[in-house]
Amino acid sequence: MTEMYEFLTGPGVWISFFIFIGGLIVRTVYLFGVSQERDRVFYNHADWKWGGRSIFHWLLPLGSVSLREQPVFGAAFFVFHVCLFAVPLFLLAHNTLLHEAFGVALPSLPDSVSDILTVVFLVAGLILLARRLVRPEVRILTTAWDYFLLVFTCLPFVTGFLAFHQIGPYQSVLVAHIACAEALLMLIPFTKLAHAVLFFFSRAFIGFEMGTRRGARTW
Amino acid sequence: MNEELQKPVNTKAIKDLLSLNDSARIKSWLSICSRCGLCAESCFFYLAKNKDPKLSPAYKVKATLLELYKRKGQVDRAFLQKCHDIAWGECTTCKRCSLFCPFGIDIATMISTVRSICHSQGVVPEGLVRTSTNYRESGNQMGMATEDFEETCSWMAEEANDDIRGVEIPVDRAGARIMYTVNAREPMYYPQDISMMAQIFTVVGESWTLPSTGWDCTNLPMFAGDKALAGQVVKRMYDKAVELGVEAIAITECGHAYRSALFEGPYLAGYRDGKPPVPVIHSVRLFYEYLRDGRIKIDPQKMVEEPLTYQDPCNVSRNGGLWREGREILKYLAKDFRDMTPNSEYNHCCGGGGGFIPMGPEFKRRRMESGRVKAEQIRATGAKIVVAPCHNCTDQINDLNKEYQLGIKVVSFKELITERMIVPDEFKPVASEEE
Ligand code: HEM
Ligand code: SF4
Ligand code: SF4
Repeated sequence: MTEMYEFLTGPGVWISFFIFIGGLIVRTVYLFGVSQERDRVFYNHADWKWGGRSIFHWLLPLGSVSLREQPVFGAAFFVFHVCLFAVPLFLLAHNTLLHEAFGVALPSLPDSVSDILTVVFLVAGLILLARRLVRPEVRILTTAWDYFLLVFTCLPFVTGFLAFHQIGPYQSVLVAHIACAEALLMLIPFTKLAHAVLFFFSRAFIGFEMGTRRGARTW
Repeated sequence: MNEELQKPVNTKAIKDLLSLNDSARIKSWLSICSRCGLCAESCFFYLAKNKDPKLSPAYKVKATLLELYKRKGQVDRAFLQKCHDIAWGECTTCKRCSLFCPFGIDIATMISTVRSICHSQGVVPEGLVRTSTNYRESGNQMGMATEDFEETCSWMAEEANDDIRGVEIPVDRAGARIMYTVNAREPMYYPQDISMMAQIFTVVGESWTLPSTGWDCTNLPMFAGDKALAGQVVKRMYDKAVELGVEAIAITECGHAYRSALFEGPYLAGYRDGKPPVPVIHSVRLFYEYLRDGRIKIDPQKMVEEPLTYQDPCNVSRNGGLWREGREILKYLAKDFRDMTPNSEYNHCCGGGGGFIPMGPEFKRRRMESGRVKAEQIRATGAKIVVAPCHNCTDQINDLNKEYQLGIKVVSFKELITERMIVPDEFKPVASEEE
């Protein structure tokens, strides 16, 4: 178990971040290459005013008509993503490790806050999951892989929560936590989770297409 | 049964089209759709049919284009038939859903790609096939001969002189400011539309002409999945405008013609920069400018008193950017304007778009079902008059009027304006001076 731990907190971190960031870059560069010939329509009407507004409104909580019409989902989706970023980035334990390794770290949230945000995140995740199961128009779209990705995104939070509260065999839970988190990072570039980057391009495009060309709002 | 449909599926052609269309956009859209289902509520097909989940935009793409890519084009006729039913029978490519998707996924573009693939295998609604033949043979969707067209024009010029003195309908006048193009249904079935437009042009003193070729601005091959023919159709219009040396191409009150001429046409005709060679202006914009600049004056006594609403044609409003102009015009014309909800760029398609009207009787049932959303929107306004600056909207709403007994009348801007404009003395017909 210790060897496993050593590997995951040493080379494992490097490998997973390398694949995560490198993968996203490779995918984006590949799409950029494809787009040169086949997506002239993206470049011909590019205007960052409209592209920016199209992106910006979807980053705001309930910033779009669509999310305002479905406020429960809108809130769950927003909270889900905020916690998804905030908890791992500003967790005291993560930043302590960072500081030990590099001497620099991000500011940290008090543990009690991170703890609450973790629970909030999991509740939001459950709402998203429940919605997938309950609403026919979402269920019909959802594949086993979609369920897997949603659950898998929650796993680092579940295991992190257990480890923090020392529920279960601490060492194993901690190893599971790190393993899940690193696996998740490596999955992002190759799955629909690549939307973390591609969102900005696809939203910008519809902003150009409907906004620059027609003056229509896309939010 | 069409004999083309008996042939084995040409997998190579499908593969070629799949690879040709495999743009960065389609790659991204297909892979990042998070299957959140937000788009469902935005689609009127879904809303009209008791929220049938199979009518959600994302499902329609999942069941067709995504499947085609997954199977690398190895599909059978039954699958193509299903694609046909979805791509033509369950989507009008109105682009509304894109505004409601977190990623702005352009479902309409992907459905159009499915249409192209179906077209490559001869799986296309009969009604559209017929119009394609007409475009190929005569350059217009109705198969009207040039002589007949020109004859109709001179006949209409004569008629128009009963209302406005000095109306001319010039054809191929080089150097005119505007080349006015029409929907082939006008010379064929509603020639008075041409006469009314000529009256308006005469009163404002516009320098205009009709072209003898490329006069039909409609582009149904664009909806039939026949991109090559669609490109030829729009190119013929551009070429004529360049030849005549006009400043702009004006489009009659037709929605998809504007979409073709200004937005999709340049790409279909192979202009890499996406710009038409001659500026394109829609008549809604033209009327708005005439009224704003006082070139047309409306008789306040004749303003419409009855409650009136405005049908935003998808390809004029959301996809044409002219929803404000439409409403501005109505300020001059109507006393009791009542907007539908939702409206403007968020407006619902009437159910007649995307080629639905010419797709003919076999699609009528579905057209009436999906039009329920529009019928209810209209009924809720309590309006007695619906203004629709689009031929397809007009036909659809007239059908909906019967189906849902709305008790309304559908009119165009041309009609409203010609009946209500103040005609300066020099244009008053001789007969009325004698009165
Ligand atoms: C590392 C980065 C990210 C990860 C791991 C991630 C993860 C996820 C997951 C797992 C879902 C699916 C939820 C479900 O199945 O219901 C989701 C949905 C979504 N994400 Fe992200 N996300 C990331 C970044 C972003 C960013 C930067 C945006 C941009 C605003 C974004 C926008 C969305 C949207 C619009 C949805 C759809 C709502 C839904 O399906 O629930 N995501 N994300
Ligand atoms: S709204 Fe967009 S991301 Fe969500 S299911 Fe529809 S197409 Fe996919
Ligand atoms: S483009 Fe219009 S008709 Fe087609 S799926 Fe989207 S909302 Fe529905």
